[in-house]
Amino acid sequence: MIHFYLVKHRRAPGRDPAQPGFSLEVEFSLMNGTFTGVLGPSGSGKSTLLRCLAGLETPDGGFIQTDSGWWYRQGEGHPRRPQDRRVALVFQDYALFPHLSALGNVMFAQKSRTRALEWLDLVGLADRAAHFPHELSGGQKQRVALARALAREPELLLLDEPLSAVDEELREELGALILSVQRATGTTTLMVTHSRTEIGRLCDEVIELRDGRLVTARYRVP
Amino acid sequence: MPFPDPGPFVVSLELAVWVTVILALTMFPFAWIFARSKRRWVPWVETLFSLSLVLPPTVLGFYLLIFFSPFSPVGQFLQNVFGLRLVFTFPGLVVASCIAGTPFMVTALRNGILAIPEHLLEASWTLGKGRLETIGWVVLPNMRPAILAGAVTTFAHTLGEFGVVLMIGGSIPGVTKVVSIAIFERTEAQDYAQAHLYAGILLVVSYAAVFLLNRVQRAERRREPSGAAR
Repeated sequence: MIHFYLVKHRRAPGRDPAQPGFSLEVEFSLMNGTFTGVLGPSGSGKSTLLRCLAGLETPDGGFIQTDSGWWYRQGEGHPRRPQDRRVALVFQDYALFPHLSALGNVMFAQKSRTRALEWLDLVGLADRAAHFPHELSGGQKQRVALARALAREPELLLLDEPLSAVDEELREELGALILSVQRATGTTTLMVTHSRTEIGRLCDEVIELRDGRLVTARYRVP
Repeated sequence: MPFPDPGPFVVSLELAVWVTVILALTMFPFAWIFARSKRRWVPWVETLFSLSLVLPPTVLGFYLLIFFSPFSPVGQFLQNVFGLRLVFTFPGLVVASCIAGTPFMVTALRNGILAIPEHLLEASWTLGKGRLETIGWVVLPNMRPAILAGAVTTFAHTLGEFGVVLMIGGSIPGVTKVVSIAIFERTEAQDYAQAHLYAGILLVVSYAAVFLLNRVQRAERRREPSGAAR
């Protein structure tokens, strides 16, 4: 289980320190193996939450407790660095390394060539292993990014709007792939999205954020 | 027409190679700080590193001459402790040209670092790599065009260096006499044929270097910067 309570303040843009900024304050528990969606309008704190969990931003308070120990606890030294957490993040723009092939990208997270090929096979891209990112379509890049993240064998998989950059037809296909891979690996997954349809189709649970606060938490999405 | 004395070419090439290699190996940490640090002192130091870009080479050469002169504390220290004399010697040329060439290398490397999308670094960290591994496996491979640009511009600039080199090295044949000084001397002696040959060869070498740089950069531009969405 991953239990977190996160507080993060952000100053408003501009020089006036008196101007009220944005603040995130969320507590939630992710059960092992579940697929949780984070819903909310732009500026509601979805990405900040994701980045705090990934270790890319340091919260101002709270804690992140996982089965493998504390990733962050207020007042207890430095938070665990991203590379020391078993976490993987699939970026909205994929963030594939352009100088590496699809296989090279997956092997970045998983040294074994055989295992890396297995991950590519899982996302249906074993035949594109030697292709570089600029030779792949949007959907194929997304699959490589997913395989790369899974190759890290993370305790928590974070997906930042994974379907926002692909067209409608592909969205359905990729969504089904993400779900089947999540089910096959049993990886605890948190996905940020704008789309209620995606949440309904993919997620076991949903949390909804507004202005940095959790407004709804529903288990078993209908 | 006799072929010109190759001595100045040898000195120039040797100097340019030394300066390019030294700056390529040492300037990355500074470029990294200039590109990524938000500390207040950074712009001041960055300005200092860029100063030789606008300073007349003779001014820079004059100060270096005074600074490294055997009568200065620094010159005496280098002479007494390391037995090293920098004024009117080849090592002196290397040191002076490194100082003059610093902004060319640092600016190229800094721009290369700035051009790498932040997400690539973050992806590397979340995939288990530390900062040094990320620099080695992600940053450096993705800034190859910038490294090449820095190397070519530094090399070409050093090859044509005149003011600084003349001030600190003089014109000792086979030791500190570089091509640009040879051109100046041949022109002064009204030996235009030899000056033409020296200048022509320098022109061809410089053109070839910049052409190579452009070709490589065009090839690199065909690749997407981050494998991002299309």
